[in-house]
Amino acid sequence: MSLSPTSPAPTFGALLLRGLLAGLIAGLLAGVFAYAFGEPKVDAAIAIEEAAAHATAEPSHHDDALVSRDGQRGGLFLATALYGAAMGGILATAYTLLRRRLRTPSNTRAALSLAGAALLGLVLVPFVKYPPNPPAVGDPDTINQRTISYLAIVVIGLVAVWAAVVAKRTQPTEWRQAMAAVAGFLVVVVVGYTLLPNINEVPATFPPDLLWSFRLASLGTQVVLWTTLGLAFAALLAYSRRPATQPERESVTA
Amino acid sequence: MPKATTAGPLSTPAVSPRLLVTALAVVALMLLITYLVAFDQGAVSRSGMFLHELMHDGRHLLGVPCH
Repeated sequence: MSLSPTSPAPTFGALLLRGLLAGLIAGLLAGVFAYAFGEPKVDAAIAIEEAAAHATAEPSHHDDALVSRDGQRGGLFLATALYGAAMGGILATAYTLLRRRLRTPSNTRAALSLAGAALLGLVLVPFVKYPPNPPAVGDPDTINQRTISYLAIVVIGLVAVWAAVVAKRTQPTEWRQAMAAVAGFLVVVVVGYTLLPNINEVPATFPPDLLWSFRLASLGTQVVLWTTLGLAFAALLAYSRRPATQPERESVTA
Repeated sequence: MPKATTAGPLSTPAVSPRLLVTALAVVALMLLITYLVAFDQGAVSRSGMFLHELMHDGRHLLGVPCH
């Protein structure tokens, strides 16, 4: 488990490569999940969008499609793989810079807590304030406002996780540390949720069960991505250590 | 068995100014890729709306606001 004192620390490049690979695996797996559970919901939402467009004789942006629906189903995997690899690269960079500040001797624990922090700050905090919407929901005229608000809540989510760690470290005993972490997290999240505007553009006619199952599929996709990314990165870190320790053991026993 | 280390496992390189600059460049590149997937509408990729439309479903399912 632990690295032998004489073996050198891995370079940033070696760690980055493992992060990118873990991200690619995580992105493809998230793509499989999204294809199986999300695509039927996207199809159903697009059917509603097109029915509405035909009823009002407005030109739908899917009519003059640059990319067919089949193309978009394939593009789903491109999107999740690229996104996963980018997140893997960022996770590996964060690991490289923060590893010595994470007060644990276990590399696996360090990798998993960084991925868990990202899942909490980057996915769960934004999900509650601005739950993702299927096609046919959302006014194109407000996309800039919605994008800025979304980015703001992502930053607030990450700040909240950071605040939890800082607050935890001010306390001497374990139960006080846990309470301080929760309090620090909640203060930032509540302030952020209060300051940012509420956005609800779901048409009254949109089927609630479809909205619910789309949002669940979207949350599942992101949970699969970050869980796999954390586990795969931790596994690749552990695997990379084996060749370095093997020759040394042989020289000891010889 | 090797003796227990007192300094802890050396699992990352020491943080130097050069490493920080490299790390910053890597993060910028990763954010550019994220931008292309999540937000670009042809301004950066120079592909018109092609990449935007191609990755349409992924954007919705990754929770990013879209049209």
